[in-house]
Amino acid sequence: MTAPYYPSYAVGGQTEQCLAFGADYQRQILIVPPLFDEMNRVRRMLVEMMRALNQRGVGSLLIDLPGCNESLVPLETQDLNSWRAAVSSCAQQWGATHIASLRGGALIDDGPSLPHWRLAPAKGSTIVKTLIRMRIAGDKEAGRDTSEAALMDTAARGPLDLGGIRLGPSMIAALANAAPFALPELAERKLGEEIIGSPLWLRAEPQDDATMSASIAEDLDRWSASCGG
Amino acid sequence: MPFVEDQTETTIRELLIDVLGVAPATVAAMTNETPLFGALPELDSMAVAGLLTEMEDRLDIMIDDSDIDGELFETFGSLVAFAKAKVAAKG
Repeated sequence: MTAPYYPSYAVGGQTEQCLAFGADYQRQILIVPPLFDEMNRVRRMLVEMMRALNQRGVGSLLIDLPGCNESLVPLETQDLNSWRAAVSSCAQQWGATHIASLRGGALIDDGPSLPHWRLAPAKGSTIVKTLIRMRIAGDKEAGRDTSEAALMDTAARGPLDLGGIRLGPSMIAALANAAPFALPELAERKLGEEIIGSPLWLRAEPQDDATMSASIAEDLDRWSASCGG
Repeated sequence: MPFVEDQTETTIRELLIDVLGVAPATVAAMTNETPLFGALPELDSMAVAGLLTEMEDRLDIMIDDSDIDGELFETFGSLVAFAKAKVAAKG
């Protein structure tokens, strides 16, 4: 089986889609991607990584979070708790055996009682600060002078558009204080150590990295064979 | 005397490779006079946002956005000097 399939899961009264490979395998790894623009920059690398897992006999599923990709609900209605519920529902309905998260994915991956793997987990404050800086830079190019304080004031009262990403007040408030939760069964990975590759999520444009996809797949295969399932 | 490159400067070189995706050989050849903004196509105003946040994380500094002006990214040397001043200021 090499073709992808598109399972869905139910959460909060709506149905969300996923991209998955290898339905018949015993190990099924739920991938929780980086958040917002970082997710877009690594999607291709992640999907190539899932193909490599499939070739190794490991199933995987990349979750579409509510408000992202094919989702019909507005992003501004979501916050970290609704995304945490989405990850838990998806893992349960699909029968995940392991959870692997990247960057901001580590802020919402703690629901399921399964073995966890994290790559370069990020604090919420780092993510929101970069988005705000991008908005300020964009405004400056358009001849508008915007301050961080003014944007945060807007964010406290209603949705804030950060470079095309519309976040509601509860999302921005939650991100400001969010850090990855400590978990009992956790394998944390660093780029340049266990994983070969570069932080594609920081780049201005989406990129591909076949070596990095293969390196993550190899590490996930070895790790997931050693625990859970 | 062995040549020891300053750790802050090394971090800045790594940032240019990691965040901007500039070729390592290009970054290794940079000197204080190498122009950045306007000369390096990878460095646009959006990339600056990611660069500043990652700089804060890796050097454990805080950057007030009012500190940032056009001259900061003018040359490799001006960026390193800014970072060194921030690192020195935290004590």
